[in-house]
Amino acid sequence: MRHALPSLPAWLACGALLMASPAARTQSGDLTLPQKAVAGAALTVQTSGSGPATLYIVGTGAALRRQVQLGDAVSFAAGDLDIAGHYVAFLEHGGATDVGEFDVIPAAQPATLAFLAKPSRLSVDLHDGVSGAVYIFDAYHNLVLRPLPVSFQLSVPGGSTESRTVQSHDGAAWTQMNSSSREGAAKFVATAGNASSTRVIEQVPGDPCGLKMSAQPDGQKIALSTDPIRDCSGNPVPDGTIVTFTESFDGEQTTVDVPVKKDIAQAEVPAHAGARITVATGVVLGNEIRWAR
Amino acid sequence: MKILRILAVALAACSVASALTGDEAEVHVQAPHLDTPRPLNDTTRQAAIRDYLESWKTMTEALEQNRPALLDADFAGTAKDQLTATIQQQAALGIRTRFQPRSHTIQIIFYSPEGLSIQLVDNIEYDVQILNKNKVLTAKQVHARYIAVLTPTEVRWRVRLFQAVSE
Repeated sequence: MRHALPSLPAWLACGALLMASPAARTQSGDLTLPQKAVAGAALTVQTSGSGPATLYIVGTGAALRRQVQLGDAVSFAAGDLDIAGHYVAFLEHGGATDVGEFDVIPAAQPATLAFLAKPSRLSVDLHDGVSGAVYIFDAYHNLVLRPLPVSFQLSVPGGSTESRTVQSHDGAAWTQMNSSSREGAAKFVATAGNASSTRVIEQVPGDPCGLKMSAQPDGQKIALSTDPIRDCSGNPVPDGTIVTFTESFDGEQTTVDVPVKKDIAQAEVPAHAGARITVATGVVLGNEIRWAR
Repeated sequence: MKILRILAVALAACSVASALTGDEAEVHVQAPHLDTPRPLNDTTRQAAIRDYLESWKTMTEALEQNRPALLDADFAGTAKDQLTATIQQQAALGIRTRFQPRSHTIQIIFYSPEGLSIQLVDNIEYDVQILNKNKVLTAKQVHARYIAVLTPTEVRWRVRLFQAVSE
């Protein structure tokens, strides 16, 4: 730490304060503060001495003033001081001050949670794909710092529920969970005490699994059709997913992109004996057919 | 006894007044203590701490000048609302508060998995003067432990929660 010489104005101010002290001495009172007060609860500050005085309580969370008679207790009603933090309290009387400090601590019970959940949409069956973090607050938006168990639940209608309970540290808790194997709107719920918060996470089918097509002659063309396209958990891929059929023949390629309709994709390509036909969607490659007719 | 106490208060005020003429606060940054899976890279860590320290300067000016608009750049949400209310209360009482940090010891303790919040703890020593116009009503040297939660905005981290806690 540094130690600087006081500036001249500072010393002059101090001198003035010291000179005022003897006059204040006869009226000086004592200030008795609680070491800690609970946010939002009633608070009593005890004074001693005699005569009028002004009591200030000042911190980053509030600035309060009361006219008091020294010797009386000063009461603050429930809700007067509801922001947790560190406060300086002082009595001003006749040019003298009695100063003290105390803490306002958060209420014990959680009232609200700030719940950050990510992502809002993801594929099914992803390991640690969902993350959630909560900050725990009391009824006055103070961070509840004492360790509390926080439970997280991720569930899809008709599917299984994944649960995890963790301990909060300094008002925060987090978890990671696997997305379930069933598509749908998953409810992601965080709970601490009587406070809970819910987020909805859209779980969508993953990449298709076992993409397979079959071919039938159709005059001068080949009618191609896939089997129902599903992901590896059995969820049908959404309509509109693009499937690409590619025919290679005599050094040339014919490509047809079609959307999935009602779980399957269908297309027609020219019929060429000896043609090689493949099917793919996204990064998934399906089976291959060599057209012999 | 009374004289001694008054002398002690006066000398404390002198000490605080002298410190208020001094230099910038010392800043100590401890290695992050994290148990979350998201890695905290140096650039992010430095930016969060820089913006947090900047928020102290902003808050100090706002509380000393009773100008809540100064908070806009560095505070958001609950922290901004609470500080704004305090400044309004100060103005109504005709007082203002002068904070002079002497030292910060800062450690990042939580980086949420989705990267949308950073929580840090700051063991801080500061001098505080409470003034009525230019008259110092009282002065005190304070040791406190602050917890702050910062969230990213377009170009900087802003303090969303700011709470002194019992040591």
